[in-house]
Amino acid sequence: MSSIKIELRPEDVAKIKEICASFNNDPQELINVLHKCQEHFGYLPAEVQEVVSGELKVPVAKIYGVVTFYSFFTMTPKGKHPISICMGTACYVRGAEKVLDEFKKELGLQVGQTTGDGKFSLSSLRCVGACGLAPVVLVGDKTYGRVAPDDVKNILKEYE
Amino acid sequence: METVKLTIDNKEIEVPKGMTIHKAARKIGIEIPVLCYMELHDMQIENKPAGCRICVVEVQGRRNLAPSCATKCEEGMVVKTHTTRVLNARRTVMEFILSDHPKDCLICPKSGNCELQSMAQQLGIREIPGQEIAAMSTYRKDTSPSIIRDLDKCIMCRRCEMMCNEVQTVGALSAVNRGFMAAVAPAFEQNLEHSTCTYCGQCVAVCPTGALTEVNHTPEVLRALADPSKTVIVQTAPAVRAALGEEFGMEPGTLVTGKMVAALRALGFDYVFDTDFAADLTIMEEGTELLDRLTRHLNGDTTAKLPILTSCCPGWVNFFEEYFPDLKDVPSTAKSPQQMFGAIAKTYFADKIKVDRKDLVVVSIMPCLAKKYECQREEFSTDGNRDVDFSISTRELAAFIKQANLDLNNLADDEFDSPLGESTGAGVIFGATGGVIEAACRTAYEIYTGKKLERLEFNELRGLDGVREATIDFNGLPLKIGIANGLGNARKLLEEVRSGKSQFHAIEVMACPGGCIGGGGQPLHHGNSDIIKARAAAIYREDNSKPLRKSHENPFIIKLYEEFLGKPNSEKAHHLLHTHYFYNKKKVVVKQ
Repeated sequence: MSSIKIELRPEDVAKIKEICASFNNDPQELINVLHKCQEHFGYLPAEVQEVVSGELKVPVAKIYGVVTFYSFFTMTPKGKHPISICMGTACYVRGAEKVLDEFKKELGLQVGQTTGDGKFSLSSLRCVGACGLAPVVLVGDKTYGRVAPDDVKNILKEYE
Repeated sequence: METVKLTIDNKEIEVPKGMTIHKAARKIGIEIPVLCYMELHDMQIENKPAGCRICVVEVQGRRNLAPSCATKCEEGMVVKTHTTRVLNARRTVMEFILSDHPKDCLICPKSGNCELQSMAQQLGIREIPGQEIAAMSTYRKDTSPSIIRDLDKCIMCRRCEMMCNEVQTVGALSAVNRGFMAAVAPAFEQNLEHSTCTYCGQCVAVCPTGALTEVNHTPEVLRALADPSKTVIVQTAPAVRAALGEEFGMEPGTLVTGKMVAALRALGFDYVFDTDFAADLTIMEEGTELLDRLTRHLNGDTTAKLPILTSCCPGWVNFFEEYFPDLKDVPSTAKSPQQMFGAIAKTYFADKIKVDRKDLVVVSIMPCLAKKYECQREEFSTDGNRDVDFSISTRELAAFIKQANLDLNNLADDEFDSPLGESTGAGVIFGATGGVIEAACRTAYEIYTGKKLERLEFNELRGLDGVREATIDFNGLPLKIGIANGLGNARKLLEEVRSGKSQFHAIEVMACPGGCIGGGGQPLHHGNSDIIKARAAAIYREDNSKPLRKSHENPFIIKLYEEFLGKPNSEKAHHLLHTHYFYNKKKVVVKQ
């Protein structure tokens, strides 16, 4: 598991401590604390986990165990423009995988990764409830419907 | 007590409510095979993640098979432990576990003492689906100064995690990732060196497979022995003699002191010495420090900190350096016996035999894996030359003896060499929990009171309970003593010290449950605490059989002070026999 080395600012540390305190520094609340931290930072870098460890008095190895067990938690920061490809049944049967492959090729990324410049990150999800538009791609808050592999280049161009 | 009645293999049995099927079966002589399960009786700790599923049994009326280690007995239950369905399921489970397990048993350090291997044999596995995968381990090598992790061999029994977290409260290891990627690892899957690991080795002691093993230093020792330009001397820790015999089929608790000396001589060591000598020396230094601090404290000197904590145990030293850096001036500054021995060997003894320290190789035989790390600490070397060059465990010594085609059973008893092989009973009992403080009391009492001690056995300091306390009457002064074995227990006493609530004058801590006799480098006891008890009894037997049983009466210690050190805690003694502690916050080194 790789993560980018970051320096937490004093206000970041204060925020993590505030989150932990809002759960009474209760080790039983670890998952909820991690949820809130990820909501705030967008991901859970090692440094954040270490502060949580100190506050909840849970070994950082345990916290890392929880972070790597649940797929919701991530140690990789999302890109400025997070790209999600719907792999729900409707999108899948209408070729979402080929669209995903195209994104992987264009960006040189695997699912769960972020480009070196921090611009794009790639993830897949299950059903966004827009099956009529399948296959569906989300970039940030914007939705693209009936996406074909050939459209991928043009979509990415919009964000250059 | 509420009980339930049930039937196991057609036998009726009544057991306390809440007992597991596995334990109930054992009561009537049925041993259900287990793999991940482990019970540490004396600590009342059970590892039962129900992860391996080897212990499944058939319960009438239940759709699936039940893991007997984690399923509680219920009224009227009908259990069958070896039906065709059960046996087939166990074999299938085993085949799954083996399917991605490396097949390099021929050269695995655990081969012959591997619970997975034994279980595969017991279940009669002769073919493994997916033979072609995982022929050899491909796990990235994580070699720390003491412990090697090969997580391709991990079967996720999670015993190490239990030891590291629940028993030792070190928190270095945790289960991480999922599915095939699942492993037990330090935070961020860094190497052990960058974790909070204390190298106590208790994870190695309970690992059923070759996933966690000690770093083997016997090749280096062999090389030194073969080098004619080197004088090679060996020191043996007290706990080794009480356990080494087990590796040669002897009953636990058999003392093999004389045979061990004979074996070491046969292996080619130039001098066979005893760490017990250095243990006596430790008592002189640590005992004097205790009395000094105590007297100053009683005279109202507020800079004299009490309690004094023992500092013989390197796992313990690593632990307080990591977790209690604010208390690092509380433990005694005395080095451990291993390091005192090295310091004296490479100065006093090297001068005596006129050998340059660079040509003198000091090997230690230890029940311990943290000793490997300890002897590599920078402060324990002079110009890059270590005081103790190599430390090998009891298990490594046994393997070494076998390699040399020697059988411990057939060797005639031999005696340690003089002068660094001469010791008293006080040095021997360092091997069991409570022993160091008992040895210290024998000496400190006589020095403090000026009276002869009538009774040498301080039975109130003995035993295997995790935390013990006793008050020893020092001629009207009630000396309060605390003892902890196992780092989790040590943490409890340390937290009292930190909060200022501790009432003790002195505290002895050993990182391993039972003390050194239960060390991470000892023959594997597979959780059986009767073996630890037998080893403790052997240690006290050896103490009883010694003509001298008080460290300050050791004539060779007296001579050492006269000829070389001056007096205990002298400037020279401080220079050679004392140390200081560091807080090395291990930096996160993510990105691998």
